[in-house]
Amino acid sequence: MLFKYASPASFYPLAGKLAPVFAVIALVLTAVGLYQGFIIAPTDFQQGEVYRIIFIHVPSAWMGMFIYLVMAMYACLALVFNTRLSAMMMQALAPTGAIMTAIALWTGALWGKPTWGTYWAWDARMTSTLFLLFLYFGYMALDNAIEDRRRADKAGALLVLVGVVNVPIIYFSVRWWNTLHQGATVVPGSSKMADTMLAAMMVMTFAMWAYAIAVALWRVRGIILEREKNTAWVQELLDRP
Amino acid sequence: MLSAAGLTCQRGDAVLFRDLGLELAAGEALLVRGPNGSGKTSLLRILAGIAAPAAGEVRWRASPDRAARQLETAYQGHTAPLKDELTVVENLDFALALDGAPKSRADILDAVQEVGLASRRNLPARHLSQGQRRRVGLARLVLARRRLWLLDEPATALDAAGLTLFCDVLDRHLAQGGLAVLSTHQPLPLAHPARELNL
Amino acid sequence: MNAMAEPEAEFAVLPGFVAVLRRDLLLAWRTRAEIAQPVIFFIMVASLFPLGIGADMKLLARVGAGVVWACGVLATLLSLPRIFAQDHADGTLEQMALSAYPLSAIAGGKLAAHWLTTGLPLSLTAPVIGLQFGMDAPTQGVLVLSLLIGSPILSMIGAIAAALTLGARGQSLLIALLVLPLYVPVVIFGAGAVESFGAGIDHGAHLALLGAGTLAGLVATPFVVAAAIRIALD
Repeated sequence: MLFKYASPASFYPLAGKLAPVFAVIALVLTAVGLYQGFIIAPTDFQQGEVYRIIFIHVPSAWMGMFIYLVMAMYACLALVFNTRLSAMMMQALAPTGAIMTAIALWTGALWGKPTWGTYWAWDARMTSTLFLLFLYFGYMALDNAIEDRRRADKAGALLVLVGVVNVPIIYFSVRWWNTLHQGATVVPGSSKMADTMLAAMMVMTFAMWAYAIAVALWRVRGIILEREKNTAWVQELLDRP
Repeated sequence: MLSAAGLTCQRGDAVLFRDLGLELAAGEALLVRGPNGSGKTSLLRILAGIAAPAAGEVRWRASPDRAARQLETAYQGHTAPLKDELTVVENLDFALALDGAPKSRADILDAVQEVGLASRRNLPARHLSQGQRRRVGLARLVLARRRLWLLDEPATALDAAGLTLFCDVLDRHLAQGGLAVLSTHQPLPLAHPARELNL
Repeated sequence: MNAMAEPEAEFAVLPGFVAVLRRDLLLAWRTRAEIAQPVIFFIMVASLFPLGIGADMKLLARVGAGVVWACGVLATLLSLPRIFAQDHADGTLEQMALSAYPLSAIAGGKLAAHWLTTGLPLSLTAPVIGLQFGMDAPTQGVLVLSLLIGSPILSMIGAIAAALTLGARGQSLLIALLVLPLYVPVVIFGAGAVESFGAGIDHGAHLALLGAGTLAGLVATPFVVAAAIRIALD
């Protein structure tokens, strides 16, 4: 039952049906989340209006990390069960994860300027997010550099697994380093967050989640077509008017 | 002893061969023929267990266990795995250690003599010709005494004397109940009848 | 009866490890000029820093540990493609995959050889740079100790990346891209140990964490490298 959709041929039409659904969900949630975050949520008494960037900053940082975990899960499936679709999903997710991480860094810098007076403060969270972005780059570069598809899939999966073991170690070491050097330690938002703020942040998180799913599904459809272009079912699909 | 069924090999988008089967008993040799790029090397690598087939299975002594098969397999690719900086004897010494069949220096020297490299035994492999590199591989085959030989283009670069030597060694191997699968472009003057597979 | 060797039911692991280690050390000795290059590079790059940031000995002493560690990482990067490239090109790697010994034992031998020919010499030459950066003798001691404990991790992570990138386009730059983010914790704890020592804080915790990383790596890495080699050969 679960494995029924593990074959590219049956997943392709399913992804085609699901992608627009998630796209619509993403759109609606983004509208709701931004309205809540920018209009309903109260002005922060310390930071004024600039704090509102957290409605994009925090969800994108979460998604950046979460997508790497999802890729690691697919990596396990790809190596243990040798399923082609898992590797394709990894390939489809990586750019979105990298973009989310990059957005988190970018908005973090924009937020940092008015709040701490500098774009980049070597804060523990931002530093480890930077290295997460490098991990995404590494995966994409490796995936791109190996000619043979099957080998690229497996090598990429192994790399992501090595990476995911290291993510907590990197995070821990950067925090340790940060306390040693007494750099900036920033708690996002003040400790007391109004309910409306929290709600807006959660809605935005779900919006980005839905966006990531929609984009990954669209991308995986492209990847499936590309890789299976010589199979009968793709030929049939292409011949159809 | 060696059998394969339903082997399919895919490289990139191209399917090299599909649903290939073979059966080889003790003392038999199989010559794999075919134009360049037809999958001869891929087939040998699959039989050796280095590469996995896209579909199908290889069995040795009726078992699909790759590790057990590898303990009795000698595989030689089309490059001789020699280190330029090591001498002929040092190269053989390492190769046999890797095979789990370490041999005494005297044994190694005997084999080197047999393949006609006695005068080159302490020369770094850098100074060997292609044919001489092949002969080192032959010495390794003789010394390691594996049951199944998988040889990729073993006759290339060998001179007439080298070819005779190779065929003698192979005939002796087959007479002792060994098995061999080899890819080749040229006819081999073997005393044993060999089966052929065209890819 | 035929004279064919019967397969032995069980093979020890150690002879495979020793054979590869011995051969790699012999090869390193025969090509020692090549092996010395990372060490020379290490000292040369570190010598550039005072030219860039000025010869203020106080400042240099403060950044010294970080510079040594960063340069050590760069020098290690240079040596990584060499771990498997030659064996891959001439078919020895295939023979290793077909060896009577587990591929992880062979990978372990290659790892040990790489550390002995890269991490160890780098650790032992670090005091030359330490002198240039005005470190005192006790600090130098901690620096060398941190390198000795931490550099095996550089070899281990590096070997995984080197095996994964076999046969890939632009291998040497690609290895750097894969490896650098993973080297972050090692650099932090390695340089941190020296810095804590200088600041009079307990530096044992840093070294203990490095040691824990090395031990964990020793257990897991040979298997990961073996898996990566099999992927590269497939």
